[in-house]
Amino acid sequence: MSMIVKRPGLLSSFQDSGRWGYQHLGVSVTGAMDIQSHQMANLIAGNTDDCATLEITLLGPTLVFTEACCICLAGAQMNARMNGRPVPRYRPLIVRPTDTLTFETASEGTRAYLAVHGGFDLAPVMGSQSTYLRAGFGGWQGRALKKDDEIPLRAPLVDSKETLTALSERIWDQMLYLPSMLGQHTGRKSLVRLIRSDQWPEFTAASRAAMVSGTWRISTDSERMGYRLQGPEITLEKPREMISEATSFGSIQVPRGGQPIVLMADRQTSGGYPKIATVASVDLPILAQKKPGDEVRFTLVDVEHAQQLDRAKAAALDELSVSLASIRQWLCDAKATVN
Amino acid sequence: MPSNLLKRIRPQGDRCLIIDLGDQIDQAVGLRCLTLAHRLRQAQVPGVLDIVPSFTAVAIYFEPGSALGLNPVAHLTSLVEGIIDQIAEGAELIARRIQIPVCYGGAHGPDLDDVAQRMGIEPAEVVQAHHASICRVYMIGFAPGHPYIGIHDDRFNLPRREVPRTALPAGSLGVANRQSTIYPNVLPGGWHIIGATPLRLFDAEAKQPTLLMPGDEIEFAPIDAERFDEIKAAQTGEHVP
Repeated sequence: MSMIVKRPGLLSSFQDSGRWGYQHLGVSVTGAMDIQSHQMANLIAGNTDDCATLEITLLGPTLVFTEACCICLAGAQMNARMNGRPVPRYRPLIVRPTDTLTFETASEGTRAYLAVHGGFDLAPVMGSQSTYLRAGFGGWQGRALKKDDEIPLRAPLVDSKETLTALSERIWDQMLYLPSMLGQHTGRKSLVRLIRSDQWPEFTAASRAAMVSGTWRISTDSERMGYRLQGPEITLEKPREMISEATSFGSIQVPRGGQPIVLMADRQTSGGYPKIATVASVDLPILAQKKPGDEVRFTLVDVEHAQQLDRAKAAALDELSVSLASIRQWLCDAKATVN
Repeated sequence: MPSNLLKRIRPQGDRCLIIDLGDQIDQAVGLRCLTLAHRLRQAQVPGVLDIVPSFTAVAIYFEPGSALGLNPVAHLTSLVEGIIDQIAEGAELIARRIQIPVCYGGAHGPDLDDVAQRMGIEPAEVVQAHHASICRVYMIGFAPGHPYIGIHDDRFNLPRREVPRTALPAGSLGVANRQSTIYPNVLPGGWHIIGATPLRLFDAEAKQPTLLMPGDEIEFAPIDAERFDEIKAAQTGEHVP
């Protein structure tokens, strides 16, 4: 019937690509921090819809499945094991009833994504299954997972040993090519491209230089709402009051005190601090996989080029989706009949 | 020819365009932003994910796919310029009018006396000045359903409290910088609390999750503490003790 939480891990919450269309009502977009891994996990698990995946942070949970299903892990390397046997990332995996999935502390990256074929059975709120942790709604009861939670699955597979064995072998033999645009981003890669804001010229020359030549450390109070950067002080030539305006995923705002904050998935919809730049969407997954203490460096990209890269990544995800058509068909054929 | 109402169009990153219609908080500019946002919403442009008005600008968020073509900025710019021309020719916003009952002062408005002192008038005059004229929701932000209502007369040009409160009760009505806000949930806040409404401003499960929308005209209606409790009880379905 479901996936049972034996140990919740540090912070495990359901996220999809975000609750869009409600920012004018003050509702944060939320969604996966690393959208790319979220999307890849979904596609490889045979989902074409934007089903919520479980976003697992730093220290993973222990989960027991009571039904047959197909899962995929993407993002951070947390040395996941199914009944003690290592589970590769970016591969579909057939799970049988009573199978136990365990994780360790992340050895590479920060956030892992667990997708299940057909999706977890979560009621959408305002069109999204993302957990809005701060406001306490969406996802599973508006909160991170706790011990003994039982998360229902929407489309389990038929519980037949022969079918599952045959399906498992077929899937295992299937070659899977990941487009190069979707290569590993959870490792040592730490150069992140920035698009200058219109306020960029208002910052001192030293600040602008420091932004792109300095090494920045992610501070300890960084979380889903924002990443605080420790490094040289960033200051405006002439401090001024700002009128509150809309914010974006990746906007780098600079409060008084001069330590920049990169706004992340749970950012507030509006903010009144000057912004020096915005992280290019294509590189947000690199940043989202950093943890407090990690270092990043920035370089500039113009907005047209950033949009080109963003489109290229969308096309790569489409390409991946097309290549998975046969796996989707096999999974569809093995679906348990719904009463 | 693009109208001079349009100050600037600037990208914020690669998936958002900000349309500036002014540089300072002003009733006419705010109304134009709301009208632009409303018309953009009506246009139902494929690939546009969010349209967010603020006091002086409208933000348009779009997806990276091909729905908006290879040059989303050019596409949206021409759309925006067309709407701005309509606004220049007198296109108006058709807004809802919402009445908000407010119990001013006392336990519900602990800062009323202090605000009166800062404004140099009697508390009763503050209440009168606050609800005398129709206001408008210019933007919603900070938290789900948290409105910025204005623009009050110059006497309400008060800086925020130096020390914000860490937890204000839901429904608290605050004033600062010629604006009012209502805290939809228990939240921290630095505005001066002069009253409270028993109405619920945000319900995630409701079909229309917020009581207020950008553009709404607001009529504050004074009520006493007894009426406050009655309305509150009717809203939650609980009995008055």
